[in-house]
Parts: sequence; structure tokens; C-alpha cells
Amino acid sequence: MFGPLVVRPKNSKGDKTGSWRTQVRPHYLHKNCIACRMCLIVCPEGCVHGKEKNAFWADYNFCKGCGVCADICPKKDIAMVSEESKGEEK
Amino acid sequence: METNSLFKSGHTACAGCGQAIAARLVVEAAGPNTIIANNTGCLEVFSTKYPETAWGVPWIHSLFENSAAVASGIEAALISLGKKDGINVIAQGGDGSTGDIGLQALSGMLERGHDILYVCYDNEAYMNTGVQRSGLTPFDTNTTTSPAGKLSSGNVRPKKAVPEICLAHGIPYVATASAGFVQDLTRKVKKALSIKGPKYIQIHVPCPLGWRHESNQMLSVAKAAVETGLYPLFEYESGILSGSRQIVPKPVEEYLKLQGRYKHLLSNPEEIKKIQEIADNNIKKYNLRVVP
Amino acid sequence: MKEFLEGSHAIAEVIKNVRPGVISAYPITPQTHIVEDLAQIVANGELESQFVNVESEHSAASVVLGASATGVRVYTATSSQGLFYMQEVVFNIAGMRLPVVMTCANRAISAPINIWNDQQDSLSLRDAGWIQIYAEDNQEAVDFHLLAYRLAEDKRVMLPVMVCMDGFILTHGMETTDMPEQEKVDKFLPVYKPLYKLDPADPMSMGLLADPDYYMEARFAIQETMRESLGILTEISKEFNNIFNRDYGDLLVEEYEVKGADKVIVAMGSVCGTIKEVIDEQRAKGKKVGLLRIITYRPFPYARVYEALKDVAKVAVLDKAVSLGAYAPIAVEMKAAFFGKKKGPKVISSFVAGLGGRDITLETIHEVFRRLSTKEVNSDFIDLKPELLKEEYGD
Repeated sequence: MFGPLVVRPKNSKGDKTGSWRTQVRPHYLHKNCIACRMCLIVCPEGCVHGKEKNAFWADYNFCKGCGVCADICPKKDIAMVSEESKGEEK
Repeated sequence: METNSLFKSGHTACAGCGQAIAARLVVEAAGPNTIIANNTGCLEVFSTKYPETAWGVPWIHSLFENSAAVASGIEAALISLGKKDGINVIAQGGDGSTGDIGLQALSGMLERGHDILYVCYDNEAYMNTGVQRSGLTPFDTNTTTSPAGKLSSGNVRPKKAVPEICLAHGIPYVATASAGFVQDLTRKVKKALSIKGPKYIQIHVPCPLGWRHESNQMLSVAKAAVETGLYPLFEYESGILSGSRQIVPKPVEEYLKLQGRYKHLLSNPEEIKKIQEIADNNIKKYNLRVVP
Repeated sequence: MKEFLEGSHAIAEVIKNVRPGVISAYPITPQTHIVEDLAQIVANGELESQFVNVESEHSAASVVLGASATGVRVYTATSSQGLFYMQEVVFNIAGMRLPVVMTCANRAISAPINIWNDQQDSLSLRDAGWIQIYAEDNQEAVDFHLLAYRLAEDKRVMLPVMVCMDGFILTHGMETTDMPEQEKVDKFLPVYKPLYKLDPADPMSMGLLADPDYYMEARFAIQETMRESLGILTEISKEFNNIFNRDYGDLLVEEYEVKGADKVIVAMGSVCGTIKEVIDEQRAKGKKVGLLRIITYRPFPYARVYEALKDVAKVAVLDKAVSLGAYAPIAVEMKAAFFGKKKGPKVISSFVAGLGGRDITLETIHEVFRRLSTKEVNSDFIDLKPELLKEEYGD
């Protein structure tokens, strides 16, 4: 008999840590993006996706709103906006 | 395989965790043909809470202090199976599990010459248990077990020089890196894995909770540690200092003032002077100053 | 083939037949001869194995843990303080369901430091989730290692097994031992195929954090598996007998002149040879005495013990270990085996002898029988020297 023992990554969906956000979330402005990928590289959650200019986005299912992506963006093309504000949801 | 899937979203690190960034960059640099042995600590807890796992590579956690020995067993097993070529073996842990309780296992792994990369995520205290001081906590740092008070300005001893201890084992590659310099970090991991034998990389990873800074300041804090000379980034190849990140040194206050753990020092120029001396020594020892 | 061998050498030779891919150990008396011989066997090219010389027992256990998790058969051996130093890894190996096999060369525990034999080391780790089997002689020690691998790697079991053999008495004792042939070993013990392993072709995470929603089931599963292992031990023992023609019965207990006995000693390990000699002598004089030898201590064979002793009037449990402040380790299980049952001995007395290598002689066993009266005793020490004891310490 076996109890909880091993987990295969394909069977792990992850916790929906987006629910942790209480104040702000990153809003990708998609205006001056140069596709340097820094937002994607430094995201502690690994929840920023995208390849082309002005097409990067944070998966709000997982984004904890830490603001590191907005901090590093060399073009200031990511704004931390209030959770209550309506922003582009992608 | 999408490299992104080697360390997936949905782990439970604190917002703005430096270790989470570094761990993802390490495994992405190593690629899918990698097996990781992980010490107990924040990284282990937030990445593998049953029934979830963030890891897209084979990964094992056994105990607090034995990842270096577990990895040694993995490497020996791969040799036995004739599968060692093409598979990277990484052992990793925090600063306490590496430089304090796990130092013996690490030393054994280095001395035996296993083909393993050891990665130490250095957030300079026992964060998983609530910010108690470790051997790698810097001088004068306020932690829950080295508190500043009427008779104390924080941790009484300087940071333990674990990279130098590793170097003394005569291993082919020792480096320090920082979550604040991501390309440099990735390059060093790739370089280490291209070398056969035991390798050690120690990565400075800010902890917003333990260091008491805003989560979005994580990279700025990491960069300031390097730019003041308090966290020198260097590489030793075959025992020779082969490279260090050049800086135009900033005064140490530029780093200290960003963090609550040094708040007690800001009105204490004497203590700041001592910390400046540590930075100055690093700058000299590792040739950090930019030559004009 | 029968050979006159030192116990340690015989163990090294049988481990060679088992072909572990990784061996790791740290030297401690009296385990040393086993790993020295294995190192030489590997150095001679007689066994293709990775022999990892580590800096501590903690790492020896961790190395075999990592190697077992990567899907290879492994071996380690230790003793006494070494076993204690690797204790947290020992528990960890069982919790991760890794079929590690270890020899424990039984030795006393510090302080005072003492390198000689008793069984305090392995018995103190009785809650670790390892199956523990105790050898009476070197033939058993050899055979039990084969049985241990077969049992540990059984897909219904997947638990580590500790083969316990008395330090010096067996490890350094010379005995004629029928050494198993390689072809028979291969027939009995097929190539190890792990249930799960660390492999980039099928990535998985092992050793995860299990919170209160998950932890209990992991522990329950081991407890259930231990229970199921009792039957599997017997099944494997039969297969062993078919191939090697040596019968260890159910591998749980050995009954020696228990039928019709009114006084029975319960004991474990090499001391049983001495006890058997006394019993033969007493039986020849018409005394109704016997021995129940515990072979498997974990899982403890309660039902089997009950069946064997339910009609015996008086039982003396002879432990070579103590649980300071409580009944000795075997005695407590004997009490549990009969509590609340309709039948059973009127007296179960607990005796302690042979600690730290003090000789257990024929006279020691006679003394046990003499003290086994209607008055039950708890942890009664035999062969004690009262002149070494003081009520107060100091000037």
C-alpha cells in the first residue's frame, strides 16, 4: 500500500496564487515595448508570457503583484495599477 | 519541451522572492536533462507542496542538510546505469543548509570529486523558519536571533566565506552570482555545467520578508549589494580568480538604507564605517573597482 | 559451496552476488570488515559497483537514498553510533519507500563508549519503518541478506530492510557457511526494476511536503504494508527454501522445544545458540523448557507469538537492550501480544543481559530459568556487579 509519495509535473496544475494579490497588478501598456524579455526573465512566478513586441502579458491566475516586472522594464511600459481598476485582462 | 515548464507558475513563494527567480533561471540554464536534489528550506517548501510540484525536471528532497550527499548517490547511480553523460546533477539549498548544517555533506561531495553543480541560494538567514541568523548572515544584520538592541548592533560576526571554503577543496569552478544580474547568473550556470567535476555557485537572493524591503525593490536591492562591493561577483577557475564584475563603488549606505534589517545602523556612523571596511576589503581582494 | 569464513567476509561475498550498483559506507567498529572486504572486491574487479567513501554515516545513508531513488540496487552497513548518526536519513528512506538494504553489526551505545555487542542500536530504531530481521549465526546472516533484497524490492513492500547480526560474535566469528552460488542468487533475486525513479525521460518530484491533509495516509500506508509483509516474508522464505534448500519456516519466529514446555525463553540473535544448548541439556534431564526465537522484530509477529506461547505457563524475555524507564524492547512486545487475550502465560518476566558485550554464558541462561518464578519481574539485570554501584557520587 502506498500513500502520497511522488508527483509528476504533468499532473500538477499549481496553486492559483493570483488570489494573493490585494492591492496592485501589472498592466502591460503595449506601447513602447521592445521585446527585451526582461519582464519575463525576472518574474518570480514565471507567469509572464509573450514573444513579440507589445504582446507580453502576465497570467493573473498566478501573478502575485510583486511589481518586479514593472520595476525592471526599461521602457516603463508596465504600470502597476490598482486591483479595483479595470485594465486589460490579458 | 518549453523551457518555461521546467519551473512552473503556481508555487507558493512570497511575492517578489529572489530565490524563486534564481531557481527558475538555474533550471532553465541547465535544461531538461537535469536531476536536482534539494535541501529543506523555502525553495523546497514553496515548490513542492503535495500534490503540486513546480519542477519539470526530476527532483528530490530528502532532508535539511544532505542534498550534496543525495546528489552524490544520484551521480554514482547514473554512472552505474551508464547514463551519466548528458545528464546534469544539481544539488541545491539555502545558505543555512549549505554553509552551516550541510557544510560537511557539501565538503564530502567536493572532496570526492563528483560531477555535480552545487547551488547555494544565499538569502543570508534562516528565512523558512522566520529570519534567524545563519553563518552567512552579514555583520550587523538585524535578525530574530541576532536582534539589534541596547547592547547589540545585530549579528556580531562577519559572513562565513563559503565560496573560499569550497575553493580550498581544489575544485575546478567556484562563482558567486546575484538575482540582480540575471544574464550573468545564467552564463555562470551554463559555464559550470560545461566543466566536469564538482562546481559551486552561490547566488545572492533578496528576501523581501526577511530583509524588509518592498517586493518590487528586489532587483534594486540585489544590484546595490553588488555595486557597493558587499556582494562581490567573481569566478574562480582551477583555483585562479578568472573574473569579477567591475563596479564604480557606491557607499554602503546606498545598499543598507533600502532594507529594514539595517534600519538600526543608519544613525550609527561607527558601525557603517565597519561595514564600509568590509566592502573596501572585497573591492581590493577581488579587483572589483573599474579601472578608468 | 561450504567455506570456513569470517562472518563479515561472508556478508561481503553475498553482497557481491547481489550486485548492488552503488555501495556507500563510513567505517565503524565492528562493521569495518564487511566494507573493507567489499572495497577490495570492487577494487579487484569482481563486482562492478560504485563504492562511495563518504565523510559520515549521515552521508552514507544519503548516498544510498539518492542512488536508490535513481533506480539502482544499493547497499550500506553500519553499527551503533553510526546508525544513530544516520537516524534521520534512516527514517527518511522508509518514508520515501526506497528498498535499501543495510547490515547493522549490532553494538552498544555510548555513554560509556563501548564497541562490544548488544542490540541497543537497531532496537532503538524500531519505529523507523524498516523491516528488521535478526540472524542467529553466519549462515542466517548470509541468507537473510538475500531474503532482505527480495523482500525490500517486492512491489507490494517497497520498504527498507535491516539485517541485524551481533557485532564481533557474528561479524568476526569464523563459521562454516554454505555460500550461495551466483546462478541461484540470480534465480531468487531478479534484476531490480524500480516502481519510480529520478529519470529525465519521465520527470517526477519525490520527497514533497505533505501537510495535515496528506501526511497521515503516507504513514498509514507503511503501517499497513508492514502488516502485509508478515505473510510476504513467509512466502519468500518458501521460495528461498525451494532454491537453496534451507528452511527458515515463516521467517518470523523459530520454535525450539516450545511444544509441551512450561518455561520458555524468548530471545533474538546469536544468544539463541547458547540458549539452545541449555535447553538441550535441561530437556535431557526431563525439564520442560524451550526457546522462542524472534527472527523478525519489525513487523512484530504478534499472532505468531500468541499461537506459539498461548499454552506456556511462564515466559522469560531476554533482551540485550533496555528501554530505560520502561520494559525492554522485546519484553514490551510480548506483553502486548497477550494483553486482553483468553489464553497466555501467567508470567511474562523481562530480563536484561549481555549489555556492552558482557558474556552471556550457559550459567547466565540457567540464572534466567532460576529467576523465572511466579513473581513477575521487569527488566531484571542478570550478571550485574553490585560492587560497581554506589548510592551517591562524590567524596
